[in-house]
Amino acid sequence: MTVYALETEGLTKEFAGFSAVSDVALRVKRHTIHALIGPNGAGKTTCFNLLTKFLEPTRGTIRYEGHDITGARAADIARLGLVRSFQISAVFPKFTALENVRVALQRGRGASFDFWRSDRLLRHYDERARALLDDVGLDGWAERSAGEMPYGRKRALEIATTLALDPQMLLLDEPMAGMGHEDIDRIAALIKRVAAGRTVLMVEHNLNVVASLCDVITVLTRGRILAEGDYAAVSSNPAVQEAYLGAQIAGDGHG
Amino acid sequence: MRDAAAPAILRTKRPPDEILAIAALAALLVAAPLAIYPFLLAQALCMALFACAFNLLVGYGGLLSFGHALFFGWASYFAAHMAKGFGWPPELAIAAATLCAGALGLVAGALSIRRQGIYFSMITLALAQLGYFVALQVPFTHGEDGIQGVPRGKLFGLINLGDDFTLYYVVLAIFLFGLFGVYRIVHSPFGAVLKAIRENEPRAISLGYRTERYKLAAFVLSATLAGLAGATKAIVAQSATLTDAHWTMSGEVILMTLVGGMGTITGPVLGAFVIVAMQTYFSAMGQWVTVIQGAIFVLCVLAFRRGVVGEIAARFKISL
Repeated sequence: MTVYALETEGLTKEFAGFSAVSDVALRVKRHTIHALIGPNGAGKTTCFNLLTKFLEPTRGTIRYEGHDITGARAADIARLGLVRSFQISAVFPKFTALENVRVALQRGRGASFDFWRSDRLLRHYDERARALLDDVGLDGWAERSAGEMPYGRKRALEIATTLALDPQMLLLDEPMAGMGHEDIDRIAALIKRVAAGRTVLMVEHNLNVVASLCDVITVLTRGRILAEGDYAAVSSNPAVQEAYLGAQIAGDGHG
Repeated sequence: MRDAAAPAILRTKRPPDEILAIAALAALLVAAPLAIYPFLLAQALCMALFACAFNLLVGYGGLLSFGHALFFGWASYFAAHMAKGFGWPPELAIAAATLCAGALGLVAGALSIRRQGIYFSMITLALAQLGYFVALQVPFTHGEDGIQGVPRGKLFGLINLGDDFTLYYVVLAIFLFGLFGVYRIVHSPFGAVLKAIRENEPRAISLGYRTERYKLAAFVLSATLAGLAGATKAIVAQSATLTDAHWTMSGEVILMTLVGGMGTITGPVLGAFVIVAMQTYFSAMGQWVTVIQGAIFVLCVLAFRRGVVGEIAARFKISL
């Protein structure tokens, strides 16, 4: 068995006229927290969409736990245990927090096409759902509607929902984007905790978070891998400094 | 626990608001023939059931079909032909025509469900137009004349539907079956996934749900119930005509659902009654009815986004 949970080879996505992701060979070691960083437009989110098959790669292969998943469909990737989050918080806004988590737990039944049964039978997931909510610090929020929760809480809810599937690998797309310091600390601690026994690949802009949380960092610029290594190695790489800081200045600090 | 922040419709411990609303509606409809001509009521109930079927798809599945007349109209033709041409009893004609509408829904759904938003709507419209022109051309529908003089027959060989009061209560039973069916579907494990897809489809996919299958199932269920409405209508009106398959019928059902309240269980029923009442009581005004309908539509979109029942439900934080 390979030491890598996720491997890509020659992964390429071309849109009309340009390559968003070119020839990316990404290797994510099992049970590590791996960060994907880079300036805006570097292709991080495109990469995520390719890995989870929300986008079809133009070329290249994706292997998950040794299996070629290049041809699999998005829903099937999730069933294999590779579950993603989204940059824009992905909750079911009109559902309560409890119902959000329950929809994920409901996957444990297999397919839910039984339209003639009462949804009361989903209540036996409530206990587990509450435990998951408590676990991410959302105790007392179970009955609140997700759409009305503050941003940081939504992200926590998203993680609880993701964890409800008990995935082997988590792909987190900017889990801390738009958060205040307190939320960042809490979510970072949460990620660290849930990463035990799991593999995490995350896109993150906050370099402090990346430095303290991640084992391996891959730097992407213009759709290509520029450097890879731990924080010390990557941050001292002159090419990275130039690309990253240069873009950040050019991008008026939005990076 | 009544949590003000949580929308009533999705509260975990759901109070039986919707069941109470359905019961109140049923009581009202049982008594209605005392005040209103039962034949008119029976026709209105067919439209109400049609609106409920449509609402299942748009209100809970988030799929706006512009072609639901396909199922309503064709089920109407099937039932009329089975009752008149084949001489089948009404219950068999209605049941068979309903299943045919479901099958039609499977085909139309499979073709349209892969596309999102306006593209989905346009494909359903195109398929319905196709169905309309087929209805115009094939011999058994009798083109512009439609199928006339459909016998109502005897239900289970016993109950004579020729009597308007009897007919009304039979139609009411069918309607309540359909209405409760929608309620059951919405509040089932399937309904939970369907609503999740409506709320955030990419997220539902990322949780491992093959969303297109759920949407297709919802489409077929909605088409089947629309077929039940159309088939019943053929027996009630004793005819099946092109009007039922025309795109304006698809438009009317959208109007009814919007006026009453999309995504509420009882809203479309009220919407259907409002529209049918207008068409009936204002019929002396001729084409102006359409203008008034248009004005109501604009008013609803601008002022009562949630529809009449939807606004009431939101106001009192209950689910109707």
